[in-house]
Amino acid sequence: MKIRAIAFNTFKEAIRDRILYLLLFFAAVCIIFSRILALLTVGDRAKIITDVGLASLSLFGVLMAILIGTGLVYKEIDKRTIYTLLSKPIQRYQFLLGKYLGLLLTLFVMLVLMALIFLVLLLLYNYPVGGSFFIAILFIFLELCLITAVAMLFSCFSTPILSTLFSLSFYLIGHISWGLETLLNKIPQGGVKTLARFLYVFLPDLENFNFKTEVVHHLPIPPKIILFSTLYGLFYTVFILALAIIVFRRRDFI
Amino acid sequence: MNTVLRIEDLHKSFKIGFIPKGKKILNGISLEVHGGEIFGYLGPNGAGKTSTLKCVLGLIFPDKGDIEIFGQSNLSVRAKEKIGFLPENPYFYDHLSATEFLSFYSDLTLVKKENKQAQIERLLQLVGLKQAAGLQLRKFSRGMLQRIGLAQALINDPSLVFLDEPLGGLDPLGRKEMRDVIVRLKEEGKTVFLSSHILQDIEMICDRVAILVEGQIINQGTLQDLISEKVTVTEITVSGIQIEDCEGLGEHYSAQGGRILLKVYEEEKIANVLQLVQDKKGEIHALIPRTETLEDIFMGAVKQR
Ligand SMILES: Nc1ncnc2c1ncn2[C@@H]1O[C@H](COP(=O)(O)OP(=O)(O)O)[C@@H](O)[C@H]1O
Ligand SMILES: [Mg+2]
Repeated sequence: MKIRAIAFNTFKEAIRDRILYLLLFFAAVCIIFSRILALLTVGDRAKIITDVGLASLSLFGVLMAILIGTGLVYKEIDKRTIYTLLSKPIQRYQFLLGKYLGLLLTLFVMLVLMALIFLVLLLLYNYPVGGSFFIAILFIFLELCLITAVAMLFSCFSTPILSTLFSLSFYLIGHISWGLETLLNKIPQGGVKTLARFLYVFLPDLENFNFKTEVVHHLPIPPKIILFSTLYGLFYTVFILALAIIVFRRRDFI
Repeated sequence: MNTVLRIEDLHKSFKIGFIPKGKKILNGISLEVHGGEIFGYLGPNGAGKTSTLKCVLGLIFPDKGDIEIFGQSNLSVRAKEKIGFLPENPYFYDHLSATEFLSFYSDLTLVKKENKQAQIERLLQLVGLKQAAGLQLRKFSRGMLQRIGLAQALINDPSLVFLDEPLGGLDPLGRKEMRDVIVRLKEEGKTVFLSSHILQDIEMICDRVAILVEGQIINQGTLQDLISEKVTVTEITVSGIQIEDCEGLGEHYSAQGGRILLKVYEEEKIANVLQLVQDKKGEIHALIPRTETLEDIFMGAVKQR
């Protein structure tokens, strides 16, 4: 109940924030822009629209998660609203989870809005929409769950600007780390290889959540991959949240 | 007498600077607050009053020491259900209206759903913000924030209320109202722990006080213990007499309009002054006996350091 009260307050605060609508506006512009881009190119227009559209959804979702997520805890400390909040009969982990779930709710609503805009555009031009479209969007949301947890973890001990840089790096590394696998096969045995393998295991691999190719080319998504990606996302997120709770547990608010 | 708050040997230092250097903030604070009293935690700016409160509320963690609220650890949810806290210069979620804000905080406590609305209205009435119930907190003045801060501290009908500089940011009328509310809380049987660096206005409502200087309590007890009721000096303003006639009666200063201010330290000499004025057909404009105030003790202690 207490977590829910904090979550709804966070949601209320976020949807009264102008930055959200600015990002939503740009997302809409990009989605519509994909149609113009498709007109200018030769080839399969449906593919280009789907590709650019899904990429916009993902990118702007991540921007919302990071820009709001990094201020989530920091703002409460900076404005000293946390003093009275934590003096109420709640535990610190309840505060963190409430903030986290509140932002997830916000992101979910925003993602649904963006998806609707996208869907209207696709239907308007009679492009086929398959089940994999919705799966792809669900996995974009799962990626947002992880990114939000990361942004919140950084915001527990660092300023919003630094946290934003850290979180963006996490996002970028997450999308290129799969390249390490190719690299792994090319380098000879030895210390470097062990290090690369170590990195590969611990670095996030956010490409697990990327089903754009399958949607664009109407490929089937094997259930095994869906299961793996879901578990990967859930475990990674829980791990990051646990870290955030540990960092936050003994923190001084001076 | 039942103890509602017990602090024992509290130590805290902050690491500050690029190369962290420990700075001692609290240096072995011990105190006990009894049920139903108004306890004044007094000391100059930077003495460590706010830091002590933050330790008690679990916002910072002491290096050493024990804190118990109603016999339970200060960090337990059970203990926090019975307390309220008004921070100094409070600031709250500015996207919420006064009612929304109190409703949110009410959801974090044990207040029952069906009592919530009535409780919020009662508190808004108590702190005089009934007219501002629907106003967003971003539009609140400093004094109004102080009032809504008091309301949120009382949302769970706490038995022990912590007020950090409760009179800060209030105009004279607001200060009087805040003092009245604090006294009313005591009448309702609540215990009040208040910190302040201004003594005037506060000292008369405190049952017991502790004086904190540089992270150490240098004096604590009832006001009667700390302050002698004895008149230390009587200030008499007279006119119509020559300043030379005042020799031997006490310190004398010429004031404007031919008046003379006399500071008489010995009680028996007051009669001599009155006699003198009568003989010379002069006039008495004021006669004020001064007793020792908390301010005097406070200043004395700070100077000794
Ligand atoms: N954020 C902080 N970082 C470093 N030192 C601080 C910080 N906040 C307070 N202090 C120091 O702690 C001491 C006590 O401060 P505080 O508890 O706020 O005193 P008071 O409330 O009695 O005015 C002061 O010397 C102050 O300089
Ligand atoms: Mg203070």
